[in-house]
Amino acid sequence: METHLLVSSSPHIRGDDSVNRIMWTVAAALIPACAAAIFYYGAGALTLILMTVACCMGFEAAILAFRRQNPRDAFDGSAAVTGVLLALIMPASSPWYFPVVGSLVAMGLGKHVFGGLGYNIWNPALIARAVLQLAYPSRMNLSGWPQPGLRLPAVHAISGASPDATSQASPLAKEMLQKMMDKFIDRMDTYAGLLVGGLPGSMGETCRLLILVGGIILICLKIVDWRVPVFYILTVFVLVALLPPPEAAKSNSWLSDPIYHCLTGGLMIGAFFMATDMVTTPITRKGRMIFAAGCGLLTVLIRFYTAFPEGVCYAILLMNTATPLIDRFTRPKVFGYVKPPKKDK
Amino acid sequence: MSSLGNLLSGLKSFPGGIHPPDSKELSKSAQVQPFLPPALVRVLMAQHIGAPAKPVVKKKDAVKRGQVVGEAAGFVSACVHSPISGIVKDVEDFPSPVTGRPVASVVIESDGEDAWAEGVNVRQDPMSVEPKRVVELVQKAGVVGMGGATFPTHVKLSPPPNAKIEHVIINGVECEPYLTSDYRLMLDQPDRIVTALRLIMKTVGAPRGHIGVEANKPDAFQALSLAAKGSSDVQVHLLQVKYPQGAEHMLIKALEGREIPWKGGLPSAVGCLVHNAATAIAILDAVEFQRPLIERLVCVTGEGVKIPANLSVRIGTPISAILEQQGLHDGANKVLFGGPMMGLAQASLDTPTMKGVNGILVLRNAARWQRRPCIRCGRCVDACPYRLIPSELSILGEREDWDAAAVANIMECKECGCCTYVCPSKRPIVQLVKFGKSELARKRRAQEKPKK
Repeated sequence: METHLLVSSSPHIRGDDSVNRIMWTVAAALIPACAAAIFYYGAGALTLILMTVACCMGFEAAILAFRRQNPRDAFDGSAAVTGVLLALIMPASSPWYFPVVGSLVAMGLGKHVFGGLGYNIWNPALIARAVLQLAYPSRMNLSGWPQPGLRLPAVHAISGASPDATSQASPLAKEMLQKMMDKFIDRMDTYAGLLVGGLPGSMGETCRLLILVGGIILICLKIVDWRVPVFYILTVFVLVALLPPPEAAKSNSWLSDPIYHCLTGGLMIGAFFMATDMVTTPITRKGRMIFAAGCGLLTVLIRFYTAFPEGVCYAILLMNTATPLIDRFTRPKVFGYVKPPKKDK
Repeated sequence: MSSLGNLLSGLKSFPGGIHPPDSKELSKSAQVQPFLPPALVRVLMAQHIGAPAKPVVKKKDAVKRGQVVGEAAGFVSACVHSPISGIVKDVEDFPSPVTGRPVASVVIESDGEDAWAEGVNVRQDPMSVEPKRVVELVQKAGVVGMGGATFPTHVKLSPPPNAKIEHVIINGVECEPYLTSDYRLMLDQPDRIVTALRLIMKTVGAPRGHIGVEANKPDAFQALSLAAKGSSDVQVHLLQVKYPQGAEHMLIKALEGREIPWKGGLPSAVGCLVHNAATAIAILDAVEFQRPLIERLVCVTGEGVKIPANLSVRIGTPISAILEQQGLHDGANKVLFGGPMMGLAQASLDTPTMKGVNGILVLRNAARWQRRPCIRCGRCVDACPYRLIPSELSILGEREDWDAAAVANIMECKECGCCTYVCPSKRPIVQLVKFGKSELARKRRAQEKPKK
C-alpha cells in the first residue's frame, strides 16, 4: 500500500455537483419549452432545435480540437444549453442556415474568442441572436413570423383595436381601482393566452407557462438564483406602471399594460434562462439583484423609447457588459472587517 | 441535517458554510480503547505552531515516560516529552507531516517498563492552584491546541494585559466529518471538561464559561449539561450542524455574535478565549496530575479501515503500528492526519502521530479530480464563511498574480475548504490559496532582508 499513498491538498472530499450535471440539468429544464415549440410549430421546430444543438456541440468540439484542448468537453452540456436556447429564440420560420450561422457565431465569437467555458463576457446564445438580427433583418422581423398552430381567439383581439382604448384615467382613486379591476378581468383571457402561447414569437418564448415550469425546477435545484427572475420581472412591471408610456401606447393601450409587458416577448425565457447564466452574470447575490434590476430597466427603456419593439436580448447583453463592474462594487466585506483608522492630516 | 431543518431548529450558527455527509457512524459507537505503547516511537520536535523544540537528549540516553526530550525554544514554542520509557535510539531529521520539510526528531526504543519520570503524575487539587502556576504547569506539560491548530496553550492562557477575557468557550463542535474523538471524550469525561473550563476561567479571570456542541451529538450535549447543572457561570449550547462550526471564528460568531477582527486579530479582541475539548482535558491533566501531553485520543476511521476505533494513543506512535492493528481494506490509498476537510495527506506510514492529530482517516479509492474552468456559479461565494470571493482567488492563483490576490484578501482565508467542496468545476482553490500565502510570505521575507 505504501507506494500507492495519494498525497494531495485538502479538502479530501468533494460535493457531487459538477459542471456537466449543472449544464445538462439546465438543458433538461428547457425540454418543456421545446415541447411547446414542437406542439405549436410542428416537426420543423424539432428539426431546428436538434440542428442547433448538434451544430453548437460540433463547432465547439472542432474549436476545442483546434485550440488543442479536450474536444470531449463539447459534451459537458454547456454547448447543448447554448444550442437549445439559441434555437428557442429563433423564429420557427428560420431557414436551414440559421442554426449553422448562429451556432458558429455563438461558439466562436460568443465563447471561444474569450477563452471558452467560463471566460466569455456575453451570453453566447444572445450574441448569436443579435448577429442574426443584424445580418438578416427581414427574417428576424416579428411581423413576418408564423402564427402558432394553436390560435386562441382572445389573443387575436390584441392585434386589433384594444377594447378599452378610449377609456381615460378617472380622478377618483376608488373609481380608478374599480376600473383597474374591470380592465384586469376584461383582459384575463388574453393574459391566459399569452401564458399558454398563441401570439407569434420566437419558437421557445411562446409558451411562458412551460418556461416557468423549467425555471422553477432550476430554482428548486438551486441552479438558478430566484432573485434574478423575480427582480427582473418585478422591475419591468413596476417601471411599465411608472414610466411615461411611449407615443404608440396612445393607439394601443396594451403597450402601457404592465402585466402584458411581463408576459410578452422574450422576457420570461430571458429572465429565467439568460439573465441567470452563471458565466456572464455577477457572482454575489447582491450583484445578481442589481444585474436583474438593470436588465429590467434597460428592457423597459428599449421597449418604450427606441425603435426596437423588444429589448430583452440587448438589455441582458448590456448588463453582461456591466457584470465585472457590478462584481467590483458588490464585494462583500471580509469577516471581521474593521474600517482602517483615518490618517491625521 | 438539511439546511432547512437547521433553520427551523432555531439553533445558533453562522452565515455560509456547508453540509457535507458527516460519516461519523463508522467510529461513533466505538468506546475509547488504550492503544498499547509501541516498541518504537518517534517524537517530533515541531508539533506546534512557533519555534520547534530543541532536542535535549542524545543517542543511548535512557529516558522515562514523561521526561522532557525537547526543550521549548522561546515563549511561542512548546516542550515535548517521551511518551514511553526506554533508550534513545537516534536523534535525526524526519520529514514534517505538516510541511514535508525535515525537522528534528527523537527515536525512542521501549524498555517495556513504561515507568514514569520523577515529579510527574502527582495529584493535587487543580482549583487551589494559583493562576500563574497554572500557566507554568501547562507550559511545562507542553500542551498545545489539540483541535489541529497546535498553538501553544500557555500563550493563550496569558492574554495581553490590556485584553479583558469575558467568555471562555470550550469547543466541542467537532465539525469535521468522520472524526469522533472529541465526541467520545465529552461522553466519557463531561465532569472533567466542566472542571477544566472553570479552571481556565479562573486562570484568565473570565466570569462566563460556554461549551459549544453540534446538534448531531445530543448525548454529549446532555452529558455536559448534566455536569454543568445548577451553575450560573457555565452554559452548554447546542449548535447547528454545519461545517466549519468548530472554527474559532465561527464558534464565537455563533455564540456571541461577534467577529474576530481581520488581519490576524485574536479572540481576546472580542473578549473570548476558545479551547478545544481535548485541550481542556490536557490542561486539567497538566495541573491536576502534573502530567505532560504524551497521550491523546485519536479517532481511527474511514472506509479504508477494517475496525474503526477511538484509541488513546501515545504521541509518537507510527501510523503503521496503529493501522496494522485496525486493519486496512483493499483500495485504501489515502491516509490523513485529521478530518477530510482540513486534514493533511501523509506520504509515509512511518510518520508518527503528533499532539494535534485528532484522527487518522483512511480513504478508499481516493481519486484526483479533473479541474475545469470556473463557471462563476457563485457557490463558493455563498459557502465562504469568511466572505471572500474564492473563485477570484483561484483564478488569480492560476495566474500566480499574488499581489492581486493579496488585495483580494487571500491572507484572510483560513483554508476551511468549503469553497473547494462545493465547486462544480473541482477547482483546487485551497491548494492555490496555500501556495499563494507561502509565496507572499516568501516575498515579504525577501523584502525585509535587504533592510538589515
